[in-house]
Amino acid sequence: MIGLSLAYLKDRALNTALNVLLLALGVASLVILLLFSSQLENRFDRDAQGVDMVVGAKGSPLQLILSSVYHVDIPTGNVPLETVELLRRQMGVAEAIPLALGDSFRSFRIVGTEPAYPALMGATLAEGRMFETPMEAVIGAEVAARTGAGLGQRFVGGHGMGGGEEGPKHEEQPFIVVGLLKPTGTVIDRLILTRIESVWAVHGIEAPHKEHHEGESEAEHAAHHHEGESAAEHEAHASPAEVTAVLVRFGSPIAAVRLPGFINRQTNLQSAVPAVEVSRLLALVGVGLDAVRAFAVLLMITAGLSIFVALLTALKEREGDMAMLRVIGASRAAIIGQVASEGLILATAGAALGLLLGHAVIGLAAASIEQLHQLGLSATRFHPGEAWIVLAALAIGLIAALIPALRVLQSDIADTLANAR
Amino acid sequence: MPNPDTLTISSVAQGPLVEARGLSHVRDGRTVMAIGDWQLEPGRHALLLGPSGSGKSTFINIVTGLLTPSHGSISVAGEPMSALPPAGRDALRRRTIGLVFQTLRLIPALSVAGNLALAQKLATGRVDEAEIARLIDRVGLSHRAQARPRQLSQGEGQRAAIARALVTRPRLLVADEPTSALDDANAEKMIGLMFETAEATGATLLVATHDGRIAHRFANRLDLKVPEAVAA
Repeated sequence: MIGLSLAYLKDRALNTALNVLLLALGVASLVILLLFSSQLENRFDRDAQGVDMVVGAKGSPLQLILSSVYHVDIPTGNVPLETVELLRRQMGVAEAIPLALGDSFRSFRIVGTEPAYPALMGATLAEGRMFETPMEAVIGAEVAARTGAGLGQRFVGGHGMGGGEEGPKHEEQPFIVVGLLKPTGTVIDRLILTRIESVWAVHGIEAPHKEHHEGESEAEHAAHHHEGESAAEHEAHASPAEVTAVLVRFGSPIAAVRLPGFINRQTNLQSAVPAVEVSRLLALVGVGLDAVRAFAVLLMITAGLSIFVALLTALKEREGDMAMLRVIGASRAAIIGQVASEGLILATAGAALGLLLGHAVIGLAAASIEQLHQLGLSATRFHPGEAWIVLAALAIGLIAALIPALRVLQSDIADTLANAR
Repeated sequence: MPNPDTLTISSVAQGPLVEARGLSHVRDGRTVMAIGDWQLEPGRHALLLGPSGSGKSTFINIVTGLLTPSHGSISVAGEPMSALPPAGRDALRRRTIGLVFQTLRLIPALSVAGNLALAQKLATGRVDEAEIARLIDRVGLSHRAQARPRQLSQGEGQRAAIARALVTRPRLLVADEPTSALDDANAEKMIGLMFETAEATGATLLVATHDGRIAHRFANRLDLKVPEAVAA
């Protein structure tokens, strides 16, 4: 009977192909939306793991989170190094990790921090060791893969945040790679980590325990403002004894209630909670996604209707055939099974093509749009929700086939044959 | 030279192949068929001759179990067709009856060979390619075995339908108006082919028609009249 179903589908090949395509487009749209939104949310969640609060310069809290947790926006400015100590002294703070941003190498951000940062992100060494002294760098898995840098590799950072063209190079202060991180699937794969003092050193700033060089004046520091960098980028540049942001992990829930208010009352500081900012961002993006999702569902229902109409018309023409099949020995169940299998074959082909198409589009988008690639969009990851989309497509095919089949079976074989004779 | 299968079937068959007792059918308060008692012995091909409205198709539908008679009973191969539940009738029909209709009732999506294979699979649960090829050859369609029904001429289609009806090796081959649409020469050829293939496979023919041209071929005839005329 499956052979017969295939023969019927082949007999009206164009109709079959169009219905499969229609259903595939519906499935693909839903799959793309599902993969895109889930991978985005997943990425947001993983990148923000363990970070309960971020403290930085006043400005947009979303910008602070995007720049210091996700490394996609420019920072809001710098805060004094003492902020780190101030935070560490607070009750309920388990960890406070400073970040100093401002430079990049081949569009990968150089982050001045402490070994606690990769530890917080769950990153472990694949090769080499953690950075210990200034100008030693540990690079993320993707940095290693894309630049081809290995242990012992020397490189010079350029001024800028890696968004576009690199600014002037810091030729006199090369970094040396001492460690490679294992892939984590988080933003840390795309970062170059080093001691915070390295970032200061690159910009000619002494570590805070030493006094300023006698010779360095404010004017000299101002001259350090590189051509071509924006005001915000310059601000982000760690100036003497400053850091760009501090990532905070709470040790007790009381801190979550008390600390944000405490921070925001400090003149130059603001606190932002990744979970809050991300949900705000996703809510904004979400409205758009919901609209597209509704459209995709509509597309799938349209495909179901189209299969329904196609099978209804085909079965109307085949009433005589079905009566004949009954006469030559096919049971009612076999006839229903045959028609149902026709609907299911259509739906299976549509669902399979849709899945393929959906993943291909995600893969193509990730390959051709750098930002999507950076967000970690991957065509090879599957989401459990895809099983539901496939099931829905199969159900649509089955229902679209069964309704006309049952209608035909209700008619009297002798009458049908008499009419068809 | 008798076919060995014919001998086997004849020796197994006990009593008439089709037996009607007090058979008549009423639809919408009107008698549409009244045959009463009638028997078809194995090997004695029968012609059911009568004008339109004499109940030929109704009788065939009752014999094949597609219709339950309002009065009387009918047995096929010793089994009470009219008393069986629907599934039992389907099984009995599958085992013992082959059907040929006036209009082509081949599945258009399948080739001639595919149609035969499907019928064989449905009736016996298996496909015997050699038997299919032999039957197609016997009806003279070897060169058209892979053709779709819509590519066949009417005569070829009718021959394919006969082959399809015989592929299950039925004991009874029922044909409804197999020659009405054909010209004299083709009608003669068709009925010749039916006799030849039925004898080769051991089937007994029951042909219903209003086509008097083929009446001379049958020694065993049942003439039907429009029931009202009988009543009057």
